[in-house]
Amino acid sequence: MSKISLIIQREYLTRVKKRSFIILTFLGPLLMASIWIVPIYLSSLSNEVKVISVLDETGVFFDKFEGDENMQFVQAIPQLKTAKENLNKLGNYALLYIPKPDLHVPNTAILYSKKQSSLDVKSYIKGIMKKEIEAQKLALHGIDPETLLSIKTNVFISSIKVDSSGNEEKTSTEISMAVGMFSSILIYFFIFLFGAQVMRGVIEEKTSRIIEVVISSVKPFQLMMGKILGIALVGFTQFMLWVVLTATLVFGFQFAYQDELKAFQKSQIVENGQGLFPNEPVETEIAETQAQDENIGFFIDALLAIDYAVILGSFLFYFLGGYLLYAALFAAVGSAVDSEADTHQFMMPITIPLILSIIMAQLIITDPNGPIAFWMSMFPLTSPIIMMIRIPFGVPYWEILTSGILLIFGFIFTTWVAAKIYRTGILMYGKKVNYKELWKWLFYKA
Amino acid sequence: MLFEAKNIVKRYAGHTALDGVSISIPEQSIFGLLGPNGAGKTTLIRIINQIIGPDEGELFFDGRNIQTSDIYQIGYLPEERGLYKKMKVGEQAIYLAQLKGLSRADAIRELKVWFEKFDIGSWWNKKVEELSKGMQQKIQFIITIIHKPKLLIFDEPFSGFDPINVQLLKKEILNFKNQGASIIFSTHNMASVEEICDHISLIDQAKTILEGEVSSIKNKFKANIYEVEWLGQLDQMKVKLPSYLSILDNGNSNGSNKTKFQIGEGSKPNDLMKFLMDDFDVLGLKEILPSMDEIFIQSVNATSK
Repeated sequence: MSKISLIIQREYLTRVKKRSFIILTFLGPLLMASIWIVPIYLSSLSNEVKVISVLDETGVFFDKFEGDENMQFVQAIPQLKTAKENLNKLGNYALLYIPKPDLHVPNTAILYSKKQSSLDVKSYIKGIMKKEIEAQKLALHGIDPETLLSIKTNVFISSIKVDSSGNEEKTSTEISMAVGMFSSILIYFFIFLFGAQVMRGVIEEKTSRIIEVVISSVKPFQLMMGKILGIALVGFTQFMLWVVLTATLVFGFQFAYQDELKAFQKSQIVENGQGLFPNEPVETEIAETQAQDENIGFFIDALLAIDYAVILGSFLFYFLGGYLLYAALFAAVGSAVDSEADTHQFMMPITIPLILSIIMAQLIITDPNGPIAFWMSMFPLTSPIIMMIRIPFGVPYWEILTSGILLIFGFIFTTWVAAKIYRTGILMYGKKVNYKELWKWLFYKA
Repeated sequence: MLFEAKNIVKRYAGHTALDGVSISIPEQSIFGLLGPNGAGKTTLIRIINQIIGPDEGELFFDGRNIQTSDIYQIGYLPEERGLYKKMKVGEQAIYLAQLKGLSRADAIRELKVWFEKFDIGSWWNKKVEELSKGMQQKIQFIITIIHKPKLLIFDEPFSGFDPINVQLLKKEILNFKNQGASIIFSTHNMASVEEICDHISLIDQAKTILEGEVSSIKNKFKANIYEVEWLGQLDQMKVKLPSYLSILDNGNSNGSNKTKFQIGEGSKPNDLMKFLMDDFDVLGLKEILPSMDEIFIQSVNATSK
């Protein structure tokens, strides 16, 4: 077995076997999935029916509170004082008091409860009341709800990209933004997380003094590259496990709780209901659904229009290229210091282009083909992050190709520089190193 | 010669670490590489290990120019030595043995033999950080020799060992020599140099200032000093002392004197005997050769003047 693969193997296995790796691998998907699962799960859990007594002095609203499987509305004794006393006696969840309004239309209500009243109850009541009040106001002004419905307009702008040969393609700016931003942030974190691991690994070898034993058997360059590649594999493993585990969790949950899921989605529609069309709640829903369907149809077109082969291919390329470029620099920094505390002065030039890229990302996403976007996606230190933002919007192939070639050269260059610093640095103990010193190391003969 | 370095020069920004140093290591011998701190020993050892390259000079291994693959014939125990703390002992030893060119199966077999020999078989699955420094040193020693190299390089091998383990190591080092290996031994411990080294080279300020066989160097540095055990009064003897003799040291035990005489230029030990036998009872006489310690200090002081 060749030495570099031995080194890769060791770097990989020692990290993958670590408890922290295993915990993080399982905790990550749990966290990600739980963002989505927990609210649904919790809402399906609360089977307890909340009984809310209503003291409606206006007499307008009570009938409208239909309740659902979790909420039940009952008429309260028409006297506030007694009703409040009964709240405790009867064990009701809350007492809704809607006082007689000063003007024609009421718009306030008070919800008395023993505990802090839950948000879904509040928003349910609010939604119903809003619908009813709006209906009253419409009637007051003599507006026919049908007319209003016909006035309400949804405007969609379909963006269609036309390429030089006249082919048309539906696109969605939102989807492009999301895909671009997501992959950029992923690359950013991957570089930082695993680049820092390379650095820590080098420092560990230096401080534990294993380094001199190892490099009497292998070339410093082999050791450095073995470490960088081994940790890259660790990163890929973790990433793939996250994707697979998160997907399994989410789909598994979706399958197991199909019914609850539907109920949840329905309740969300009611809560989010605009309430402008009080008398035709069903029709409104249908109209909304139709609008949504149209929307979804458009989104699907746009999703299909994105060239996934290009996106996935370039994601993997910039993911790996960016990591390799920076990991070599991280290794050089690790070799130049005796402890992690000393790394700060050398970390600056590495972190600045990375952080700058992620800050500029927000600007570039609004103008993905401007000059800043162009140049930053060519410069190897920023291109992995910036190019990934641009690609979902569509970038000419020659630009991707140029940027890719520049990144490869950038990687070769940083690795060459890093290797020179590394092979001198790893044998240097207890010496305070500065940039001038590093510069000299570049010219030492091997 | 198993290994030769000729006129090695290594410069760093601001100083020269080695300035035309040559060493020759015969087969089946123990070679002491001596010198004060900062003399350039570690740089030379790193060059022999091909960790760094010389700016000038040539290196020969087994009579031909040294090659990258020759590192499989060299075992190196650095002075600043360590192990991966979080790795298990056995796993780590296998890894390092594989880096030295052994197959996994060979590595495991050889390691088991040595672990048994050093009575540390029970540590195989322990993490390095659980072991004491002395225990780690034993493992480092095993890793250094596991691939049966022709040339062994030990940089301060005994530091951190208790006397029992030092004895164990010395025995193993001599064993390797008897089996045909050559050993470079870099140390400040002159007692061990005298005990086990055949040849030495003394480096100071980037240059070789003394080299050769230990016995001939000692002869070269001898200063005609003899220790005589005799009976009689010291004062009485001092009165009669001829000019070509001087007394360096005197001790008295169980009624007999042990006196160190230095014989002046042009006179012989026989003159000393004649002088003493005339008036006193001589019980014994032996020549005192300088210790390596004294030779070291004397040589280094001479160059720094």
